[in-house]
Amino acid sequence: MMSVGLLERFKTGLWRENPGLVQLLGLCPLLAVTASFVNGLGLGIATLAVLMASNALVSATRRWIQPEIRVPIYVLIIASLVTCIELIFKAWFPDLDRSLGIFIPLIVTNCAIVARAEVFASRNPVGSSIIDGLVMGTGFALLLMTIGAFRELFGQGSLFARMDMLFGGEPVRGIVLAENGWLLLVMPPGAFFSLALAIAAKNAIDGRRKDARTELPRHARTLNR
Amino acid sequence: MADRPIWKSGVTLAVIAAICTSLVAITWQLTAERIETNKKEWLERSLQPALAGLFFDSSVTESMLMIPPPHELPGSGTAIIYRVYAGEKPVAALFVVSARDGYAGPIRLLIGIAMDGTVTGVRVLEHRETPGLGDRIEITKSGWVLQFDGHSLQDPEPARWALKGDGGDFDQLTGASVTPRAIVNAIRQTLTYFDANRVAVFAAMADDEDGASQEAE
Repeated sequence: MMSVGLLERFKTGLWRENPGLVQLLGLCPLLAVTASFVNGLGLGIATLAVLMASNALVSATRRWIQPEIRVPIYVLIIASLVTCIELIFKAWFPDLDRSLGIFIPLIVTNCAIVARAEVFASRNPVGSSIIDGLVMGTGFALLLMTIGAFRELFGQGSLFARMDMLFGGEPVRGIVLAENGWLLLVMPPGAFFSLALAIAAKNAIDGRRKDARTELPRHARTLNR
Repeated sequence: MADRPIWKSGVTLAVIAAICTSLVAITWQLTAERIETNKKEWLERSLQPALAGLFFDSSVTESMLMIPPPHELPGSGTAIIYRVYAGEKPVAALFVVSARDGYAGPIRLLIGIAMDGTVTGVRVLEHRETPGLGDRIEITKSGWVLQFDGHSLQDPEPARWALKGDGGDFDQLTGASVTPRAIVNAIRQTLTYFDANRVAVFAAMADDEDGASQEAE
């Protein structure tokens, strides 16, 4: 995995081993915040930043960390980084911070992050670990954005509402296509339906490709669910 | 590897803990001031809409008054009153209260009342009502909360301070009746409280955010 090119690494993170779609990690925040595109984007960026920084720190300290205490150290590193990200959000994106609420501090419990520390960053050099954080974080963020956009579009009839929370300015309503949508999608069950649809879509596409190439896609399902 | 002495692990943990703590400390140093400003700004900004059309020159958040339960305002928790002045003259009072009987838990409301007892603005600060139905009480979703502006306990008379469906004067929201009813009731109750306690509200000393008293008005 280390010798493959950057493009292959991105394909892995975004598609083949997408943390949300394939590894099914970090589902709690994924299901909870994706009621709108801007929330998905905000949490995606926060998770991406934490993932890159934690991979970098874990990788940089990997030679000094005895295996028997590695888990408390990962927890320590991740918790500190999340606290930093939370403070940064509070300082520069206060509206988004209010909108995401408890889910910024809860990035600590996103097992996708500790998983990458364990399976990748603790065994690979810093540069490679940062790239791993980048591709896995991007894969997770893109999934959050896709599901957020889907639920907002069909659940509320709008898209990109409240983007001002990230970019400043007056509150915007985004692209309003209808006044109401299918409510269920905005509510918690809708999160499960949307994720199921996304996973089904991915499997369908993979299945078609497999038929075309008659070659098994290499799912490296390394971790617990 | 397993024979490594335990104190070595302890030292590693301590060093990493120190590094992580300093990381958080540095970030806090860099952001603390901005966060504090943001908090104040947000509070001031979120209070402004309830003061439409009034002239005032005081910083709204400086004259905060906390009313611990039991009190006659809506909600069972602590209510907050911000007093608004033009020079020395009281202009209006802003109430932050909870309408307890929402469809899904309490609805946190901001209610502005001018000295003459008319409503200067109502905003929903916090709620958990159903998206698409009850959430049209938010100003970003619909103009429903604007209908209370300019009304007082005399206009309409207290008996008609209710939704049209309940024999009152105020519009309801299609598909949601519990939510608007809770808000109408909370506003009427707050108006009643202000009517009875107008003098006391402005005579009380201000609480600052830590609960310590500041100078009297």
